[in-house]
Amino acid sequence: MPDTLRHYLFIAVPLLVVLAVLPSVYNNHLLLFNFVIFFILAQGVNIIYGFTGYLPFGYVGFFGAGAYGFALMVMHLNSPAPVAVLAGGLVAVVLGLILTPLLRLAGAYFSIANLAAALAVLHLIANPALESITKGPYGVALNGTFNPTWAYAGAVLILALTLGIVVYLKNSSFGLALQAVREDSFSASMSGVNVVKMRTIAWLASALVAGLAGGVFAWYVSVFYPDNVFSADFSIFAIVFALFGGVATICGPLIGVIILYGIYNLIGFTTPQYFQLIYGLLIMGLVLFLPAGLVSLATRRGWNVP
Amino acid sequence: MSPDNVPILRVNDLLKRFGGFHALDGLTFHVSSGEILGLVGPNGSGKTTAINVISGLYAPDRGEVLFDGTSVGGMASHKLVHRGINRTFQVPKPFMSLTVRQNLEVARTYGRAGASGPSMSDLLEEYRLADVADRPAHDLTNVQQKMLDLVRALATQPRLLLLDELAAGLNPTELDWIAERIKALAKGGLAIIVVEHLMGFIEQITDRVIVMNAGKEIFEGTLAVAVKVPEVIEVFLGGEHAA
Ligand SMILES: Nc1ncnc2c1ncn2[C@@H]1O[C@H](COP(=O)(O)OP(=O)(O)O)[C@@H](O)[C@H]1O
Ligand SMILES: [Mg+2]
Repeated sequence: MPDTLRHYLFIAVPLLVVLAVLPSVYNNHLLLFNFVIFFILAQGVNIIYGFTGYLPFGYVGFFGAGAYGFALMVMHLNSPAPVAVLAGGLVAVVLGLILTPLLRLAGAYFSIANLAAALAVLHLIANPALESITKGPYGVALNGTFNPTWAYAGAVLILALTLGIVVYLKNSSFGLALQAVREDSFSASMSGVNVVKMRTIAWLASALVAGLAGGVFAWYVSVFYPDNVFSADFSIFAIVFALFGGVATICGPLIGVIILYGIYNLIGFTTPQYFQLIYGLLIMGLVLFLPAGLVSLATRRGWNVP
Repeated sequence: MSPDNVPILRVNDLLKRFGGFHALDGLTFHVSSGEILGLVGPNGSGKTTAINVISGLYAPDRGEVLFDGTSVGGMASHKLVHRGINRTFQVPKPFMSLTVRQNLEVARTYGRAGASGPSMSDLLEEYRLADVADRPAHDLTNVQQKMLDLVRALATQPRLLLLDELAAGLNPTELDWIAERIKALAKGGLAIIVVEHLMGFIEQITDRVIVMNAGKEIFEGTLAVAVKVPEVIEVFLGGEHAA
């Protein structure tokens, strides 16, 4: 069986089926929804960081842009929710295009510039002068689209798309070339790889999934403030989850979300006072002792982790 | 060896500045298909910079790079690869976490389109990488990494190959072996520029040498003649220009 098919059948499909069935047996639907959102965002970080090496500290910018893309479509055009979600993805891609010059920056400079860009978008949208368009800092309350069941289904669908992209990257020569670019861009270009084009495609794919996730998030909650959908927590969580599990793999970011977001919710609900402490220690330990993520425990033994 | 008469590469009056410093200062030379041209000169004389400009890493600040009759100066590296230019790096930088085979797969997939070169297993066999084909590049010895870098270049089916100190660090047996390989490649019609400090090696494989100093050519001809030219001797014995 080709690897691509195996990865779909044994990783993507089971996860999607479980997520599709869970709402009928488990009551905390908001929690399930948030899991799906973080699966998408962690894989989105995987696409850009795992396959090209750009660490997007401002990744939430695409998510927030997607959420507002959704809101503007619904408020001003009375657009049906699924169309508005697609528009959210499109807005994020356009933002990604505008930000492509950032890809010229290396390492921490890229991360910081990306963070600044996300803040700039937040302040643009939250600007009181734009109240008539974005509702500025007062937040949006959407009427007529509220439907958590369908929004959840939409989120699972976007996750399916995202997993499709990651499985493709993991198994295609395109994905291999991206990893080559990440390792050494000079050697990659001397292998005939169009480095700028490859990076741009990965960047836009990563923007797209975050924008779609933002759109579906706006659909699910229907009432939100700029600070909610541009919260740095989204970027930090998605990055930490992806790194914890291990990037440039299909499973790593998924495992990272299940374990860390699971722990977050357990500790957060029962003993919130210890949460910051335990989480902080966990992340420090991880960076010090497992820089390549949990999956590296297996790959170090020579096992191949998809 | 019988080089063609029409050069596949001509560089005219190349200038490359780093700040106020002229790393290339009016460099002019040519090389033909089937020919092995040696590029020698003291450290800092601009040999690597010349390769970097010809392979598209830097755009020249002045002057022309003509490949196969077309002006290609300043063109993006991957486009030059598609036209048939490739090079090795003085310090090879293979894709460290990818296996040897994956390293080559990238070059074979994205290299010169339509060219059907030697098979992957032939290349691995020929350059003594078959045993490590499924190991990540960071497990390789320095010499193996150099061979991988060379095979990466060859996998793109080049017509012009620029070798930047490929032989440095090889033992005498390996040197003889790689010299034969390079000569065989030229026999197959490849134009090859060899940058090297080992004069015996240059003597063994080149048809002609260019001696560079301070970014320009100070001699062109055979090595046997070069070593009798006072200006060349002065530069190599640590004259005022030698860095
Ligand atoms: N990227 C660069 N930035 C600044 N100076 C450079 C750069 N590349 C090369 N140089 C300078 O150009 C000169 C020629 O270098 P190089 O071409 O590497 O010499 P060679 O390969 O002949 O030893 C040296 O003085 C070197 O310091
Ligand atoms: Mg050099």
